[in-house]
Amino acid sequence: MAANNLLEVKNIKKYFPLSKGWFSAKGHVKAVDQVSFSIQRGETFSLVGESGCGKSTLGRLINGLIKSDDGEIIFKGKNLTGANEKAWRSYRKPMQMIFQDPYASLSPRMKIKDILDEPLKIHHPELSKETRKTMVQEILDVCGIDAYHLDKYAHEFSGGQRQRIGIARALILKPELIIADEPVSALDVSIQAQVLNLLKELQENYQLTYLFISHDLSVVEHISDKIAVMYLGNIVEISPAEDIFSRPKHPYTQALLSAVPIPNPKVKRERIMLKGEIPNAANPPKGCKFHSRCPHAMDICKTVEPQLKKVEGQMVACHLY
Amino acid sequence: MYDLLNVKGLKTAFKNNNQRVSVVNGVDFGINKGEIVGIVGESGCGKSVTSLSIMRLLHDTTGDIQDGKVTFKGENLLDLSERSMRKIRGKEIAMIFQEPMTSLNPVMKIGKQLMQGIILHLKYSKEKAKKHAIDTLKSVGIPRAEDIMNEYPHQLSGGMRQRVMIAIAMSCEPELLIADEPTTALDVTIQAQILELMKRLQSDRGTAILMITHDLGVVAEVCDRVIVMYAGRVVEEASVDELFESPRHPYTKDLIESVPKIGERKSRLYSIPGHVPNPNQMPNGCKFAPRCQHAMEICFNKEPELTSEEKRKHRCWLYQQNNVGREQNLGSK
Repeated sequence: MAANNLLEVKNIKKYFPLSKGWFSAKGHVKAVDQVSFSIQRGETFSLVGESGCGKSTLGRLINGLIKSDDGEIIFKGKNLTGANEKAWRSYRKPMQMIFQDPYASLSPRMKIKDILDEPLKIHHPELSKETRKTMVQEILDVCGIDAYHLDKYAHEFSGGQRQRIGIARALILKPELIIADEPVSALDVSIQAQVLNLLKELQENYQLTYLFISHDLSVVEHISDKIAVMYLGNIVEISPAEDIFSRPKHPYTQALLSAVPIPNPKVKRERIMLKGEIPNAANPPKGCKFHSRCPHAMDICKTVEPQLKKVEGQMVACHLY
Repeated sequence: MYDLLNVKGLKTAFKNNNQRVSVVNGVDFGINKGEIVGIVGESGCGKSVTSLSIMRLLHDTTGDIQDGKVTFKGENLLDLSERSMRKIRGKEIAMIFQEPMTSLNPVMKIGKQLMQGIILHLKYSKEKAKKHAIDTLKSVGIPRAEDIMNEYPHQLSGGMRQRVMIAIAMSCEPELLIADEPTTALDVTIQAQILELMKRLQSDRGTAILMITHDLGVVAEVCDRVIVMYAGRVVEEASVDELFESPRHPYTKDLIESVPKIGERKSRLYSIPGHVPNPNQMPNGCKFAPRCQHAMEICFNKEPELTSEEKRKHRCWLYQQNNVGREQNLGSK
């Protein structure tokens, strides 16, 4: 293991049983299937993919919000797999989460000052009330919320402000890794840009490492150092951000990129139109899971599942290479 | 004057604690036959309420149209009785919504939902309606159309549901299709398929489309002409090429600038300071002035009019007659 890795995920697996019958489960949805990657300190690692590809499940597995079926999660050199809930609580202090929906992830019955005070109370019971109060004010200031909002409730804020509060809550424990699950998808473009800039600033000032989960490739390009593309529970490509946009290797990555509408009517391009829709995750195609929609599918793709291998500095799981 | 739809001075207000809050305030625009017009803006700018007002789908208890004219093929829709309006909805003007799951009936088979409109508006017999329904499903690219007729919405994926919605909307061959964020809930690869389908329907059948969206990428991809809304007002109107090439209104410029674009990595994204004003605490003068980089004194006191410049329109003091000199100023920045 490289010394600089903050997080390492090895062959992690999560199968959700479809329906628990009397005797046995009827099958599984392979939400995350044998996924491995590592994140270095200070970098932004993004997971992209369409709905149902397992990107959010993967985020939750790393944070221990759901338990993996197999594989290892190594955070700061410590293997977290198999730890009990009590141990997980202490691991979560340096590993905080920001959620997609700022309307659903803040308690409607708590004042902002209490929302931000709670993590401190739990993880730092030794701090005095006064110290905690100053810390809350400081962090709100950093995230661009005025101190006179302290006594307000979440519903009194706009979407962008709520997301700033969500970020402040994640930041108050001085985490090293922040898992941001679609943090800007619910926001308008002008607000989205504000929040993305804030995330970037915070990363520089606090040496944060981000695991950024998103479906929006243009947002991801903007913020990431490295990008992993997921399809039906597998990572199909991991590349540095510049490479994935200039020379995408996997046919799925290529199709995904070409599907993004460009806000410039003058740009006309050849669009790779994918046939059909994402297959059912409970019954994915054999071999390469993408072969049913792939424009380059060969015979081997229908039988043998490709593994990630290095092609010109990018990691790709495709028989074409 | 446009030859299909003309909206003039449309004003719609919501009732809130016995107070009237106007959300759409004097909106003017029009659509020609076979044209794709986009209305773009952020949440709360009034773009959806504008479309609901055209269709008269707002319930009396929540919101009402206070002023204006919506002329469709020479007839003011706001003067029609509910009975005559019902003949227009679904037949002459059809609508598709953002969330296909909540706009389809969950306990009615797809076939029945489709045939209802066909039987009502086209007065077809049941067999003929069924055949027409299957043909329509096929034309929007639904495989196994015969089987789908007997399925319920929950059995279909999001993209398929949106295709069914489009099939229902297109089944009576309307002249105008209003699409309110039709691809927002869909994944990008599916979004590309649906946009392609809408463009094809427009060119095959000559249906005019009013595309309501917050996504400038979608606008650039499908629209011929674009209307930009902010705080219940039209702030700019231009052809799609002109709008992206030389946006006039500072809001349009800022909006285009703040979208992250693939292939242009920047260390900082451009962002518009502040946020959209609350409808019951609208600033005086130009509604964008508090967030505008070019705001002058007059902007805070007096609201500019929507003025024409050749084929485009904008609502900004920078371009009003006595301020022509400012234009170069803005361009050089």
